[in-house]
Amino acid sequence: MSADVHLSRGLGRSYGDASLPPEDQPDVLNTTFADRILSLDEETGRFRAESGLALSELNRLLMPRGYFAPVSPGTKFVTLGGMVAADVHGKNQHNAGNFGNHVTSLKMRVADGRVLECSPGQHPDLFRATIGGMGLTGHILEVEFGLGQIPSQWIWQENRRIHDIDEFQDALEDASQQWPYTMGWIDCLARGKNMGRGILTTGRWADADQAPSQPPKQGLQPSLRFDWPSWVLNGLTIRVFNELFYRKQWRRHSSGIVNYEPFYYPLDALRSWNRMYGKRGFTQYQCVLPREAGRGSARRVLEVLTARGGASFLCVIKDFGRESRGVLSFPRPGITLALDIAVRDDTQELIDALNEQVLQEGGRVYLAKDSFTRREHFEAMEGPRLDEFRAIRDRWDPNRRFRSAQSVRLLGD
Amino acid sequence: MRVAFLGATKGMGRALARLMAERGDTMYLLGRNDVDLERSAADLSVRGAGDSVRWAVCDLDQPEMFVPAIAAAREALGGLDAVVVTAGMFATQEELELDPALTERLLRIDFSNTVVFCEVAKKALLEEGGGALCVFSSVAGERGRKPVILYGAAKAGLTHYLEGLDHKHHADGLRVVTVKPGFVKTTMTAGLEPPPFAGEPEAVARRVLRAIDRGTPVVYAPSPWRLIMAVIRALPRVIMRRINF
Repeated sequence: MSADVHLSRGLGRSYGDASLPPEDQPDVLNTTFADRILSLDEETGRFRAESGLALSELNRLLMPRGYFAPVSPGTKFVTLGGMVAADVHGKNQHNAGNFGNHVTSLKMRVADGRVLECSPGQHPDLFRATIGGMGLTGHILEVEFGLGQIPSQWIWQENRRIHDIDEFQDALEDASQQWPYTMGWIDCLARGKNMGRGILTTGRWADADQAPSQPPKQGLQPSLRFDWPSWVLNGLTIRVFNELFYRKQWRRHSSGIVNYEPFYYPLDALRSWNRMYGKRGFTQYQCVLPREAGRGSARRVLEVLTARGGASFLCVIKDFGRESRGVLSFPRPGITLALDIAVRDDTQELIDALNEQVLQEGGRVYLAKDSFTRREHFEAMEGPRLDEFRAIRDRWDPNRRFRSAQSVRLLGD
Repeated sequence: MRVAFLGATKGMGRALARLMAERGDTMYLLGRNDVDLERSAADLSVRGAGDSVRWAVCDLDQPEMFVPAIAAAREALGGLDAVVVTAGMFATQEELELDPALTERLLRIDFSNTVVFCEVAKKALLEEGGGALCVFSSVAGERGRKPVILYGAAKAGLTHYLEGLDHKHHADGLRVVTVKPGFVKTTMTAGLEPPPFAGEPEAVARRVLRAIDRGTPVVYAPSPWRLIMAVIRALPRVIMRRINF
């Protein structure tokens, strides 16, 4: 089937238009039936599976046996192919890098119909362009990577209250020296001296003797069955939610053992939570601001948001330690901000303004989240990386067989 | 449980085989495509079905393969506790009406050859002193209906055969489990518009495995289809002529 179709998609959870087809080629290949495990080397953790295998299934099967994906994004409803295509990162980006850093080999069907293996030693250009390449280099059929080993299914977590955005940037940098997992939540509505206040969460796997002897139980899985009316999420309710979330951390510091599920996948607990945003939905805006941009960079971006009255229901901050291996991979050393923004009439202008600021800071945006960035902004952010990506596509797919709604918008396919 | 499984590579068969693997059942896979069989064997092996899951090619369109296939499974597993048949063929009513050769093939695969395979499996299970014979028929065989006239006719014949088998051999220890899936989202139904109460293969597999363990003779899956089909069976002919269900 992959011979005829122009784009593959997995579970379709990327926030933007990356897994949507261009208007003139409406078929997309769903990979989720291709979900077989092909090998697991119990000695080394080397693992290979078809690209439609979901991370949720991998966790369910292999965590009880002491394995965990080396990098996990904030949802478990993602396929291995999607993890490669978006080159996902997680709370351990500052030390483990991206998922792509752990991939050892990919089997692909490329534009001329050939099925071939690529790796750092075999067709390295195709390999590097496919990691973070948003599915534009070919169909990813199989993924091979190294699993990590874990001592238990529990996390030792510490939470700390942070008073403003500059403190946040420093605190994340400090925490990354000591903790394998870090991330922060920001109250986006706090202004002035409180701007960027929030909670810093850090964690590491609990040792077997610290952890409860029973594996975590699968709790209730509530789900939103209908779209909420769009007035429900308004300035006031968002403010109340953010205030409560901040107050929840009423102590300066707290710690304890938690289940890995709420630690890694807090949003997965409420199925179809996106329906909260009503019919028009929401967009996520995630950017990275390089270390060279300095301490005030995150504050300057948040100021653009608040100056326009933009209200983000959920705002996440995290430091990145290194670049990944993909030609268009998102991270670079610095700080990343992810903002959930309900779609309104002025969303395009807001994203434009944020992109202008990110450009000034020398940063870039995450394609897995993006659906509003303009082509000229994207080109300015990516510069020579985009030239390299184009050159590799010219070699492997000169007629631009592989296209998506996103590549039409950002690459002019 | 030692299971010979015809059709474990796709859809509901894949989901059922995975459940069996995860609880440590041993399996011997039978199917049409060797590449698919090898991949599914690897998958099931990592999921818990043992170090190397063995397999052999056995095509429902080639009845001469049935006896050696079941014999190979019995030998590899050192006996046999269950035979599962999820393999089959599907085509829409429109496709079948346009192509008599396709119709002939579907009737042969879904009815006569499946019955012949079950005869071979039955014999082996009876020699073992009994066991479960779990076969996937369909709700399409419940009543003649416009969208599934031909496919439904084959499945109706299969359902009747399995019922007779149960009547005759229940006392001999043969547990015949007839599965009647409603619409389930698998590769077989990919491209069709899912109706209400469309099921996921994993949920169907859980119901079927429970039925195999308990020896439940007839399973509707997902469960609302039992009620839906009861209503359909009760509808008078004048209504069946008008509706397109």
